[in-house]
Amino acid sequence: MLNDVTFGQYYPVRSFVHNMDPRAKIIFVIAYIVAIFLADNFFGLAAVILFLLVAVLLSRVPFGRVLRSVKMILFLVIFTAVLNLFFYAGESAYEPLLQWGIVRITWESVVNTVYLAVRLFLLVLGTSLLTLTTTPVSLTDGLESLLKPLSYIKVPVHELALIMSIALRFIPILIDETNRIVSAQKARGADFDTGGIVKRAKAMIPVLIPLLVSAFRRAEELSDAMDARCYRGSKGRTKYKKLRFTWRDLVGFFYFAALITGVVLLNVYLGGRFEFLAWILN
Amino acid sequence: MQIVAKGLTYTYDAKSPFAAQALRGVDLTIDEGEFFGIIGHTGSGKSTFVQHLNALIRLTGGSLQVGEFDLADKKCDLRALRRRVGMVFQYPEYQLFAETVEKDVEFGLKNFQKELSDADRASAVAEALETVGLDYESVRGQSPFELSGGQKRRVAIAGVIVTKPEVLILDEPAAGLDPLGKKELMELLHAIHGGWCKTVVVVSHDMDEIAENCTRAAVFEKGKVAMCGAPADIFRRADELAEMGLDVPVTARCARILRERGIDVDTNFTCDDFARKVIALWEKGGEGRAQ
Repeated sequence: MLNDVTFGQYYPVRSFVHNMDPRAKIIFVIAYIVAIFLADNFFGLAAVILFLLVAVLLSRVPFGRVLRSVKMILFLVIFTAVLNLFFYAGESAYEPLLQWGIVRITWESVVNTVYLAVRLFLLVLGTSLLTLTTTPVSLTDGLESLLKPLSYIKVPVHELALIMSIALRFIPILIDETNRIVSAQKARGADFDTGGIVKRAKAMIPVLIPLLVSAFRRAEELSDAMDARCYRGSKGRTKYKKLRFTWRDLVGFFYFAALITGVVLLNVYLGGRFEFLAWILN
Repeated sequence: MQIVAKGLTYTYDAKSPFAAQALRGVDLTIDEGEFFGIIGHTGSGKSTFVQHLNALIRLTGGSLQVGEFDLADKKCDLRALRRRVGMVFQYPEYQLFAETVEKDVEFGLKNFQKELSDADRASAVAEALETVGLDYESVRGQSPFELSGGQKRRVAIAGVIVTKPEVLILDEPAAGLDPLGKKELMELLHAIHGGWCKTVVVVSHDMDEIAENCTRAAVFEKGKVAMCGAPADIFRRADELAEMGLDVPVTARCARILRERGIDVDTNFTCDDFARKVIALWEKGGEGRAQ
C-alpha cells in the first residue's frame, strides 16, 4: 500500500557523489539553489540543468529514479503555473495574447510560467539527488556538524539532530508496521479502497489506532534502551564515523563555484528573461 | 477447502535495487481437515506463502486454488475468500483498536456479515470469546488495551475466528508466550480445529510445536518446499534439517543419541509416544543390556 513512498529514499550504490562529505553536499545543494534563483535568463537555467545532469550521471542513480521525485510536486507546479499564466499582473510591452475578463495571457506571463515551472522542478530534482545519495544518518551528522556554531547561543543542536535521525529511522519501521496492520484488518474484511472520502477516512481508524499505540510503545522502549546505555546528550560524546573533507569535496567546490560564476556571467552578458523575449519577438 | 499451489513465485519490490525473490516455485497441497505446519527459517518464504492464501498478496506467478476460488482470476471475490480463510498475524494483539473487547471482536462480523442482527452478532461474539477461553460477560466492556498480553492475543484470535472461517492460518501464534501460555494456546488451536475451523495452518519455527500438534508439515527453504509429509517422516531426516540450519524436536535429538548407542526407537517424535516407546524398550531390553 505504501510502497511508492520514494521521497528521498536512499539509493544504495557506490559513486563519486555518494562518497562526498554530507556537509559538503548540503552546502552544494544550497549553492545550487542560489544558482537557480540567480539565473535570470533561460541560458542560466540551461547551465543549471547541464550541471545537474552531470551530477546525476556521476551519482549513478538512474534518471527515472531522480525524475520520480517530481511526481509529488506535479500538482503544485501545475496549480501555480496556471495561476501565473492567467493572472500575471505585470506590465506588458506587447499586445495580450488573450484577454477574457480578468484573465489575461501575455508574452510575459508565458515566459514567467515556464520559468517558474522549470525552477520548481530543478529545486526538487537537486534536493532529491541529495537524499538519494546520502543516508539519513550521515545527512543528520552533516547537519549537526554544520549547525554546531548555533550551540554557542544555547541551541540544542545535538538533540535536534538526534530527534531528526530517530524520526527518519522510524519512517521505514512505521511503514512496515502500517502495511502489517492494513493486511491484518483486510484479513478481517476491512475495505480501504471503496466508498466516499468519509467512509475511507473512517476505515483508517482500525489502522491508525494500533499504529499510534505501537509508536508510543516503541518510543518508550527506545527511551528505556537509551537510558540503559547511559545516554545523556551531547556532552563529551564522540563520533564513530568522523566526517572528513576529501578531494571529491574540493572538486565539488570548484564545480559549484563554476556554476554560480557562469550563471552570474550569463546574467550580465545576456540580460534578463524579458530582454531575451524582446530580442526574439523583434 | 483444499489448497493447491503450483509453481508459486513472488518477488518483493520487483524491478528495484531492493528486489528480493521470496518464493521460487512453491508446489504444495493442503487437504481439508488437516492441522498443517509450515516450518522454515526467517526469510524462507513461509509468511509470504501464507499471505497468498487469502489474497493479501496477489498472485503474480504460478497458480493457486483455494477451495472453489481461483486466485489467478483477477475478478476473484476477495471478500468471500477472506471470510472463509481467516488469518492471524504474528503478534495479533498489536492490531487491536476498538474501545471495548466486544467492538473489536465484532469488527470482522460487521465487515463480512452486515445483515446479521444485533442479537445474533452478540451471541457469535460471546461464542468466540468463550472458545478462546475468556468470560464474555466480564471482558466484553473492557478496553482491549487493559488486558494482559496473553488475554490480548486471545481477543485478537477471537476477532478472527468469530466469522467461522473454514481455514484458519496462524503466523507464529505462540511467539513471545511463556511455556504455559504456549501449551494453552496449542490446546486452544486443537479445540478450534475440532469445531470451528476445518483446516488449521500454523507457521512456526518451534519444532516441538510442530511435532506435537501437526498432522502434516512442509519445510520451506529458500522460497521452495524442501520437504513435505508427516512430522515423523520429516524429523527422521534430522541431518538434512541441520544442513538448512533448522533444529529438530527434543525427542528427535534424544532418539539420535540413543541410535548412536545402538538403540533404535520407532517413534513419531511426540513426547508422549517417545516416552512410551523408550519405557517399553527399557522394560523389554533392560536385562539384556545388563550383561
